[in-house]
Amino acid sequence: MIYFDKVSKVYPDNFLALDGVSFAIEQGEFVSIVGHSGAGKTTLLKMILAEERPTAGAVFFHSTNVHDLTNGRLPELRRRIGSVFQDYRLLPTKTTYENIAFAMEVAGRTDAEIAADVPYVLELVGLSTKSDNFPDEMSGGERQRLAIARAIVNQPDLLMADEPTGNLDPLNTMEIVHIFRKINDLGTTVIFTTHNKGVIDQLGKRVITLEGGRVSRDDAKGRYVI
Amino acid sequence: MLLVNIRRIFRQGFINFWRSGTVSLSSVVALTITLFVIGGIVLSRAFLLASLEEVKQRVDVSVAFEKAVEEEKVKEVKVALEQLPEVETVTYSSPAAEEADFRERNKDNAILLESLVETGNPFGARLNISAIDPTHYESIVKFLQSQDEAAAANTGKKIIYDISFKREIIDKLNYLIEAAGRLGMALIIVLVSTSVLVTFTTISLAIYISREEISVMRLVGAENAYIRGPFMVEGMIAGVFSAVLALALLYPAAVWVRRVTASIYTGVDLLSYLTSHFGQILLLLVGTGLVLGAAASFWAVRRHLKI
Repeated sequence: MIYFDKVSKVYPDNFLALDGVSFAIEQGEFVSIVGHSGAGKTTLLKMILAEERPTAGAVFFHSTNVHDLTNGRLPELRRRIGSVFQDYRLLPTKTTYENIAFAMEVAGRTDAEIAADVPYVLELVGLSTKSDNFPDEMSGGERQRLAIARAIVNQPDLLMADEPTGNLDPLNTMEIVHIFRKINDLGTTVIFTTHNKGVIDQLGKRVITLEGGRVSRDDAKGRYVI
Repeated sequence: MLLVNIRRIFRQGFINFWRSGTVSLSSVVALTITLFVIGGIVLSRAFLLASLEEVKQRVDVSVAFEKAVEEEKVKEVKVALEQLPEVETVTYSSPAAEEADFRERNKDNAILLESLVETGNPFGARLNISAIDPTHYESIVKFLQSQDEAAAANTGKKIIYDISFKREIIDKLNYLIEAAGRLGMALIIVLVSTSVLVTFTTISLAIYISREEISVMRLVGAENAYIRGPFMVEGMIAGVFSAVLALALLYPAAVWVRRVTASIYTGVDLLSYLTSHFGQILLLLVGTGLVLGAAASFWAVRRHLKI
């Protein structure tokens, strides 16, 4: 489903973020990507969304080189990928309901579908009572759950989460991880980057370890080893 | 789906405009200044042209008689003038009417009016002559001069105090408008482009605040048109509000201009011009506001759509 082919990325300040990274991820997998800060985890996820271009190599999503897509074709790719960011990246001028509805609107869903699915997904992430709240009226855990709700509402092929538990307390962290596992159990591929050793050890899923922009380990049922 | 998207874009534009509060207000203020400048320029130009047309239609030649000349003599000249083929109309204005007119024009000048009380009415009668064709004024003036010389030969006293050539005034006015037009064009370009630039910068800043939001929209898969649409609707709403505000500001400005120029200008006034052309001016300002608001938003959002 996803294939990184000798991908390198050098930023303008000559910082080498990724150095000849190659791996493949199959449909339905739950993959954690771990590494120190600056190891290249975020750059790697940005490559899949075509938010960053590689300096060398290619990134394939369902056998399409995502960086060959024109600016006009990118929205189509991004609608098939649900993204959750550490800093949430919600739409601050929209309510909880509207943030989720927006993702459905851009995917071309009808008003009836939006009216039916938004309450359902809010229920799923435990935010039913917050549908009229704006993001700045919510706690970090609630915002992250909203970001997840927005990411999954269109039933994407892939759910990517960049340090989704980075700003959360242990209780909220466990809730978020639980939601990701549930989504993965329903067949969605999940890619998850984190610093949290406890989370990785508890998951017992595939772990790709990045060090200095290179893949140093790739374990099928890995643990956090750096 | 296209209609659904258009409806959603408009709904979102209205909601965003309302929720953005002070940011929307700043766009409205910038656009109002621009539209006020544009409206003021258009109005002044149209008003000047209308005034010129009105002055042109007024008397071509105006003859002031000596105070001592009797009414019968003036009327005699009037009848003689009316028989000339080049004369269209001749109107008589009595010394009392002349004084009243002078008082009206100088009602703010107390010293002048006071001196009038001391000297009594210094004005003689006046004939206002309108020629069929403005080019005929010279022959009319020659006729009047011959009448004056004949009277002087008979009685030893001239009867005409002054002949005003309104044609000269028209020529001067034409020249002035032309010169002001040339000089003013540079000023207009500077004023309009400055205010348009201020509008574009203000709207750009307002949209710059939303740059993160725009990048998030791109990342969740929104197409450029769907992101840009609500911002353009916001710009257009600001344009409509600004047009109404600019028009509301043009009214007191016109009242002020009328008050200031009332004593020197008795013809078409700016306020009645504004009132009689309300529909066209409103349409012009709303149209310009819509185009400016939408164009500035389109241009400003474009810079943030590169993710």
